Amino acid sequence: MTLFNQLMLKPWEETGLTNQARRYSGSTKEADKKVALKVFLGVIAVVFTLLIVAYAARMGYEDWRPGPEIKLLWINTAVLFIASIFFELTRYSIRQQKVNFFRISLLSAGFFTLLFLYGQYQAWLQLDSMTYFKVTNPAIAFFYLITSLHGMHLIGGLAVWARTCLRIISYSEISKIRQSIDLCALYWHFLFLVWLVLFGLLFTGNNLDYLLIMCGIKS
Amino acid sequence: MTYVAHDETAYVTPAEVGEMELYHPKTFIGKYIWSQDAKVIAIQYSITAIAIGMVALVLSWIMRLQLAFPNSFSFIDPSNYLQSVTMHGMIMVVYLLTALFLGGFGNYLIPLMVGARDMVFPYLNMLSFWIYLFAVLLLVLSFFVPGGPSGAGWTLYPPQAILKGTPGATWGIILMLVSLAFFIIGFTMGGLNYVVTILQARTRGMTLMRMPLTIWGIFTATVLALLAFPALFVSAIMMLFDLLLGTSFFMPALVSMGEQASYTGGNPLLFQHLFWFFGHPEVYIVALPAFGIVSDLISVHARKNIFGYRMMVWAIVGIGALSFFVWAHHMYVSGMNPYFGFFFATTTLIIAIPTAIKVYNWVLTLWQGNIHLSLPMLFAIGFIFSFLHGGLTGLFLGNVSVSVPLSDTMFVVAHFHMVMAVAPVMVVFGAIYHWYPKVTGRMLNERMGKIHFWCTFIGTYAIYLPMHYLGFLGVPRRFYSISGTSFIPESAHSLNIGITLAALFVGAAQLLFLFNIARSYFNGKLSGPNPWNATTLEWQTADTPPKHGNFGAELPLVYRWAYDYSVPGVAADFIPQNMAPHEVKHT
Repeated sequence: MTLFNQLMLKPWEETGLTNQARRYSGSTKEADKKVALKVFLGVIAVVFTLLIVAYAARMGYEDWRPGPEIKLLWINTAVLFIASIFFELTRYSIRQQKVNFFRISLLSAGFFTLLFLYGQYQAWLQLDSMTYFKVTNPAIAFFYLITSLHGMHLIGGLAVWARTCLRIISYSEISKIRQSIDLCALYWHFLFLVWLVLFGLLFTGNNLDYLLIMCGIKS
Repeated sequence: MTYVAHDETAYVTPAEVGEMELYHPKTFIGKYIWSQDAKVIAIQYSITAIAIGMVALVLSWIMRLQLAFPNSFSFIDPSNYLQSVTMHGMIMVVYLLTALFLGGFGNYLIPLMVGARDMVFPYLNMLSFWIYLFAVLLLVLSFFVPGGPSGAGWTLYPPQAILKGTPGATWGIILMLVSLAFFIIGFTMGGLNYVVTILQARTRGMTLMRMPLTIWGIFTATVLALLAFPALFVSAIMMLFDLLLGTSFFMPALVSMGEQASYTGGNPLLFQHLFWFFGHPEVYIVALPAFGIVSDLISVHARKNIFGYRMMVWAIVGIGALSFFVWAHHMYVSGMNPYFGFFFATTTLIIAIPTAIKVYNWVLTLWQGNIHLSLPMLFAIGFIFSFLHGGLTGLFLGNVSVSVPLSDTMFVVAHFHMVMAVAPVMVVFGAIYHWYPKVTGRMLNERMGKIHFWCTFIGTYAIYLPMHYLGFLGVPRRFYSISGTSFIPESAHSLNIGITLAALFVGAAQLLFLFNIARSYFNGKLSGPNPWNATTLEWQTADTPPKHGNFGAELPLVYRWAYDYSVPGVAADFIPQNMAPHEVKHT
C-alpha cells in the first residue's frame, strides 16, 4: 500500500489485527539502520544543496570572480572514486566469502579515503600559496567551507570504517560485519556523488553559471 | 496489500521477527545518569530544558523591568538589555521549546505510544542528550566570557552580530554559534531515533493511522527539524568563518567604528534567507507537537473521539510541507522584490487553512462531548483560546501591506508570544498534568493546579493582549528606551508598567507549579495505572511508572485506533487500543 493510500484509510471502521500484525513484532535492527542512514543522507543532501544555492546566489554579484582551477582536485576525485570501488569490492567479496580479499579491499577503501583527505589538504596548501587568491574572495571562501564540511563527513565515515575493521580483527559475527560494510558503502557512494556534484558545478570552471543561464535563472 | 481485519477469535500467529534486545544496566549511574532508557533520557531533557528556560524567564523580567521603569535599575544598561533580548529568545525557542517537545515528550511518549520497548538506537539517544547538555553549557558559558553573551537579537543578523559595538560580538557570538552547531548535531541524532522508531518499531496492529495524533505531531515536527536545522547549521558555520577567518559570506564592504573593515562583497540577505528557511519551520517544530498533544488531551478529557482524525493527520502533514514555502514573510521589509512578497503572503495565507481546520476540529470534538474540566482539559481550552488569538494576528502580519507598518513593533512580539509562548506552553502544562501520573504514579494536586491555570491564563492575556495596542501605536521592539519620543504617549508607558506587573505575577505563579511537581512526587494521591481512562498504549503498561522495556513480558497487540471513546453499545466509555474485540463488554 502506498503512503497516500495508508493515509486515506478510515481507522475507526476497522478493528482487529491487520495484515501488518502478521508480519513482525517490531523491525529488524538491520532494516532500522538502513532507514536511519537513508534519512541521514537526506539531511546531508539538504546541507550541500543549501551551500550550492548560497554559492549560486553569491555568483549573481558584479564582483564575483571564479577561483583558480586546481588540477589536484581531478586526482582527488579519482582517488575518492577508487575508494568507492574498493567498498563495492568489499561488499562483493564478503558475499562470496573471500575472507582475505574483503579484508584487503576494506583496508584499501580506508587508505584511499585518507589519501583523498590528504589530497584535499594539499589543495588547500596550494591555494594558500596563491597569494592573489585571498580568503575574502567568495569563491575561495566557499571552497574552503565546502571542502571542509565534505571532509568532516568523510572523517565521520572513517570512524565507522575503523569500527568495522576492529570487528573484523575481533572476529565478530559475519552478518554484523556485512551490514556495517553495506552501510559504509552506501555512505561512501553518496559522499562521492555529493563530491562529484560539488566538483562539477563549483570547482571546475563556470559550470554553475552556465546551468543557471540554461535554467533561465540568470540572464 | 489490502487492509483487512482478521477475525479476532483466530489464532494470533507468532511474530516473524524477534523483539529488540535491550541493555539492562545494573548500577545507579547506568540506570539514571548514562541511561539508555528513553524515559530517563526524556526526564533528563525535560529537566535541562526547564532549567535553562527559567534562566530565560529571568532575562524576560530584566527586559520588562527596563521597559516599565526605565533607567531605574543600575544593572540594566543598553548592552545588558540587548543581551537579555537575544538570550531570552534563543533559549526559549531552541533550547527550551524544541528540546522539551521533541527531546522530552518525544522520548517519553514515542516508544510507549507506538508499543515499542525503547527507541531503536538507545546508545545514540543517550549521546544526543549529553550533546544537548554540552550545547546548553556552552551557551551558559557565554554569560561569563569577556564581552558577555551576544546581543544581536535571537535572529543574529549580520553584519551587526559580529561587529564591534554589538554586545558579545566576539566570544559571545562564537559560543552561541558553536553551541547551536552542537545542538543541531545532537538533535540530528535524536531526530533519527524518533523517525526510525515510529516508522519501524511500531507494535503489531499499530498502523500509521492508528497512531495517536501526539505521535503524528512529533513525527512531522522531527522530519521538519531534520530538514530545516541544516540551514541554521550552514549559516552558523558561515558566520563563524566570517568572524574568525575573515571571509565575506555575509559581510559587505563597510566601515566599522570609523575604520574600513577588510570585508567586501558579502550579502547580509543571504543570512536572512538561510536563517528564516530554518526559522519558519522551527516555529512549526514547536507548534506541531503541541497540536498533536492537545488533540489527545481534548479527546481523553471530553470522552469523545477526535473530530476528523484523517483531516487532522493531513493537516499536520500539510502544515509541515507548506512551512518550507513561507519563510520570507519574516523578510517583507528587507527590500525584496514586491512580487516575492506577494508570493510569500499567498503561501502564508494558504498555510492558515489546514491550521484553521485543526482549530475547527478541536472545537467540534468538544461540541456535545462529555467534558471533564480537569486540569489537562482547562489547559487545552486555554490553548485553543490563545492559539486562536495569536493565529488571527498572524493573518494580519501575513499580509505585506499590513505587516510593513507593524514590522519590528510590539505587535509582532505580542503575536509570536501568543502563538509560541502562551499556546504551546499551555499544552506543556496540560501535558504534564496529564502524563505526570504515568511518569510518577501520583496525581498532581488539583487545587494548586487550578490556581496555577487561572493565574497563568489570565496573566498571560494581561501581558499580551495590551501589547498589541502598543504595536499599533508603533512602539518598536528591541529598544532599550522608548522615552522622549513624541509618537509614544504617556498611556503607552503606563501600559508597559501594567504588562510588566502581569509578567512578574505570571512568573511567580509558576513557582506554585514547580512546588506542586516536587510535593506531589512524594505526597501526591496514588494514581493507579490509568487515572484518566485513556485508550492509548502508554496507559496500558504492566507497571506504573513503566519499567525499562515498558510493557512487561509481552508487547501489546493493537486492534483499534486511539480514539474509541463513548462508543455506542459498549458498556465502558473507552476501549483501550490493545483490547481484543471479543473482550469488549457490550450493553
